Amino acid sequence: MARDYTNVITKIDSIAAKVYADLEQAEIPALQLSTRTKANIKFDDRLNVWKYGKNKTQRAASSLDGAYMLLRTMYMVDFIKDMIKDKKSSTLRETYYISEGWNLGKFSSQNESDLLAEDLEVITGCMREDFKLRPEEDGARVMGNLVVEEVTRNNTKKKIHCQDDVGDAGYGIPYNVEKEKLSFKQVDADFIVAIETGGMFDRLVENGFDTDYRAVLVHLKGQPARSTRRFIKRLNEEKKLPVLVFTDCDPWSFRIYGSVAYGAIKTAHISEYLATPAAQYLGVTPSDIENYKLPTDTLTTEDVAALKSELDDPRFQDQFWKHEIKLQLSLGKKSEQQALAKYGLDYVTDTYLPEKLTELGMAKK
Amino acid sequence: MPEAIAYELAKKQKEISVAEFFERNKHILGFGNPTRALITSVKEAVDNGLDACEESGILPDLYVEIQNPHEEECIIIVEDNGPGIIKQQIPHVFARLLYGSRFHAVRQSRGQQGIGISAVVLYGQLTTGKHAKITSKIANDHPAVAVELAIDTNKNRGEIQHQQIIHWDKPSGTRIEVSIKADYKRGKRFVYEYLQSTSIVNPHARIVFKEADGTEHTFERTADALPKKSEEIKPHPYGIELGTLIKMAKQTNARKLASFLKNEFSSMGDRTVNAVCEMAQLDRNTNPQQMSRDQFFAVHQAFKKVKIMAPPTECLSPIGETLIRRSLKSETQEISPEFIFTASRPASVFSGNPFVVEVGIVYGGNLPKDKPVRILRFANRIPLLYQQGDCAVTTAIASIDWRRYGFDQPSGTGVPVGPAIFLTHVASTQIPYTSESKEAIADVEEIENEIRLAFREVARKVQTHINKKVRRVKTREKFDLITKILPEIAKKSAHMLNKPVPSLEKVITRIMDVVWIEDVVEYEKVRGRPVQTKLNVSNPTGQAESGGWIAKSTIMVVNYKSKPQKFNLYALYPKGAVVGEVHPKPTKVTDSYLKWSLESIEPTKKIDVTYELAGINKGDFDENDLYVQNINPSFVIGADKWEGD
Repeated sequence: MARDYTNVITKIDSIAAKVYADLEQAEIPALQLSTRTKANIKFDDRLNVWKYGKNKTQRAASSLDGAYMLLRTMYMVDFIKDMIKDKKSSTLRETYYISEGWNLGKFSSQNESDLLAEDLEVITGCMREDFKLRPEEDGARVMGNLVVEEVTRNNTKKKIHCQDDVGDAGYGIPYNVEKEKLSFKQVDADFIVAIETGGMFDRLVENGFDTDYRAVLVHLKGQPARSTRRFIKRLNEEKKLPVLVFTDCDPWSFRIYGSVAYGAIKTAHISEYLATPAAQYLGVTPSDIENYKLPTDTLTTEDVAALKSELDDPRFQDQFWKHEIKLQLSLGKKSEQQALAKYGLDYVTDTYLPEKLTELGMAKK
Repeated sequence: MPEAIAYELAKKQKEISVAEFFERNKHILGFGNPTRALITSVKEAVDNGLDACEESGILPDLYVEIQNPHEEECIIIVEDNGPGIIKQQIPHVFARLLYGSRFHAVRQSRGQQGIGISAVVLYGQLTTGKHAKITSKIANDHPAVAVELAIDTNKNRGEIQHQQIIHWDKPSGTRIEVSIKADYKRGKRFVYEYLQSTSIVNPHARIVFKEADGTEHTFERTADALPKKSEEIKPHPYGIELGTLIKMAKQTNARKLASFLKNEFSSMGDRTVNAVCEMAQLDRNTNPQQMSRDQFFAVHQAFKKVKIMAPPTECLSPIGETLIRRSLKSETQEISPEFIFTASRPASVFSGNPFVVEVGIVYGGNLPKDKPVRILRFANRIPLLYQQGDCAVTTAIASIDWRRYGFDQPSGTGVPVGPAIFLTHVASTQIPYTSESKEAIADVEEIENEIRLAFREVARKVQTHINKKVRRVKTREKFDLITKILPEIAKKSAHMLNKPVPSLEKVITRIMDVVWIEDVVEYEKVRGRPVQTKLNVSNPTGQAESGGWIAKSTIMVVNYKSKPQKFNLYALYPKGAVVGEVHPKPTKVTDSYLKWSLESIEPTKKIDVTYELAGINKGDFDENDLYVQNINPSFVIGADKWEGD
């Protein structure tokens, strides 16, 4: 699958050119990029997702941190160019280890190299796949009446039925889910349920919820990887399947929903590729804690701070979220998806989900 | 009938000799256990030697030896190069308690009570049954006399047991050899510490210490001049007890109250005398010998009500900041401290006794960072080794919030934690000890206050220094890295674009954006140009006459700003130093600083300012105190804003 990288190379070279021009004109070299904070995300009416606003951050050599960042950037773009030339790719973790040979430009943690890869995306408007960089793992799983066609490493096309061709663990989402790699062939389902925890995913699989309710189950594995979010978005857009997000009831889980539906703060530059604006939150809601009398834990100080921060988060400003977050703050409690087992193993599939689906107007046909 | 019992009782009543009293109360005097006894004995003998030398204007050269013939017995030998003692006086000085020349004098001195050395001799006699051996020589052309002394504990009198005339190489001096019961194993560390501490506060003394195993330590002299001799002053009215006042009145030659008050007390001028008489409602002409107790009481009360000037301070002999610094430096060489700062307070008064507080902080080097600071306490140049917790010095230190000065102090009070030694010297005509063994200063509010103020002052110096240093280190680190990172960035970007590597000098300048000032002080020895007046004393060790030192300072000024800079530079130099060659030509030279109006410095350019100082000892001055004017001080690393003279 030969791909044309000319555009990527031009953009990468422009970074080097900017730094070089600064040095030549005796200016302190600097790069500008959108500020990646909660305060700088704005709703894009055209794309229907949250994108970065106008605030810019300067990475300049006038501070030591900035100088290091620029040096690493130079090494990184050089490395990306080499990979494009040699038709290689590397994981983010490998990139971190490659930097061992970059002298002063060496990363002190993988977090730094991951952030720089994101910075480069923000600066150039490219995606990290364009840079031949890929994430370490994805492994999120899918179970449902759906056939995907994957282009394998041997360049052959392979059709996989996500119930019949897979074991109980389901179909594993690859890191690249773009069209050249993956397409949806045949789908016979009514909606997608994106589930936070593996335990709940397995519970729904064991109880046959995917067949009984014509659902495509997707395991989010905590904060979902880009490929998982992209997979959900494509399935939603191409096959018109509604998306329901089913998570624990705590501020961190609300953020999982936020990144699926609205776009994450860290990756707002590519929200239009990753976010599914039509995704709905199914539960567990703070109201559910009361309505279903679920077993709870007390909110920690971190939980409370996170909830309060969500009250200022532009993505959580609608009536529903304001109400639920305030309710949770007043309850002082949080609960897990699997707390529903209080009423037996089948309760979630026999009672809770059907009731919630009715509530959302998506009762079984 | 009752008379008979009284007679009966009277048969049992007799004078208790001071010696007997000592026998029963030896713990009070510092002989409580065999370890303490060893240190107290060395201490008393050394104090005596130092006092004898100083009083006769001789630079002290002390030799201390301890032999340990049996596990429980030590022979202490202390030799000085003082004036010696005439034979007739030897039994009184060494074997009679409460005998001395200093008890009645109001001036700063080491010993006060006159118990010291005789107590050692007595303790030796009581515990080993051996007699003390004293050798003394009073002048070069006199032979030395050696005597063996015993104390008659009933009569409080020394008795010469044996005497002979011997030859002694010393021009003059005194040597005491006394056998005592002591715990050498435990005590020797303290003896070393005591002598080292003594050497710190007596920079004019040289002390050689020979341990029982033959190891010799020399605590070198770091000052070649004797401390200023403390003057004797008359008692100050504020500190006098009623009884003493009455006794003085009985003994005075003055016929009138007014002249008695004026002549026998310090700080009593005519006006104050009149005010006291008026307040006491007594005639100025009252004969003091015929005054009643009530009249004395009225005078005593009047003393407290009338404002009387503070006593004169000539009676004090502080060590001085330069000398404290110098000897701390010499004694902490192994620690190689980062810096030493000192502070001294003006003289102050507590109940009529003048006193002065001096402090020093030794910081950094090999000192442990996670332990409480080491506290060295001195009173009238005597190290205080015990009862640190009960001492006013400790209380004062503990009451300061050291966290404000960059030390660790878990609860905001208590002895702080950090890599430092805190030295305190309290000099006074009357040190208020907590007990007779003279180990701790009582918590007198005035003294505690002065100690606190002195430490605050020195702590501020420490903090300023540390802050300055941190800023300099940070800027330097940044500079070092920028000069490494930037060329890499340039190389990489040029390589990717196939272009030549651009020049970076100007960019680096713009990033630094400071004026960098850095100094080096080097010492050069100058022969045949003595820079310090020395006392003309015969030097038994035959030390060669040393030449003077010249301190050469080079101050480097680099402009790392993008515009030319023109400003004034000031360098402070220590009192008493003499300025030699200076380059470039200064615009002003005073007795404490030099001023240059520097020419304009172009970006990336550097100029060197050099000057020489004579008249100081090596190491007295190792860092310039630099100030700038006519430039925003926040642009400058290595100098502060000049605040005027």
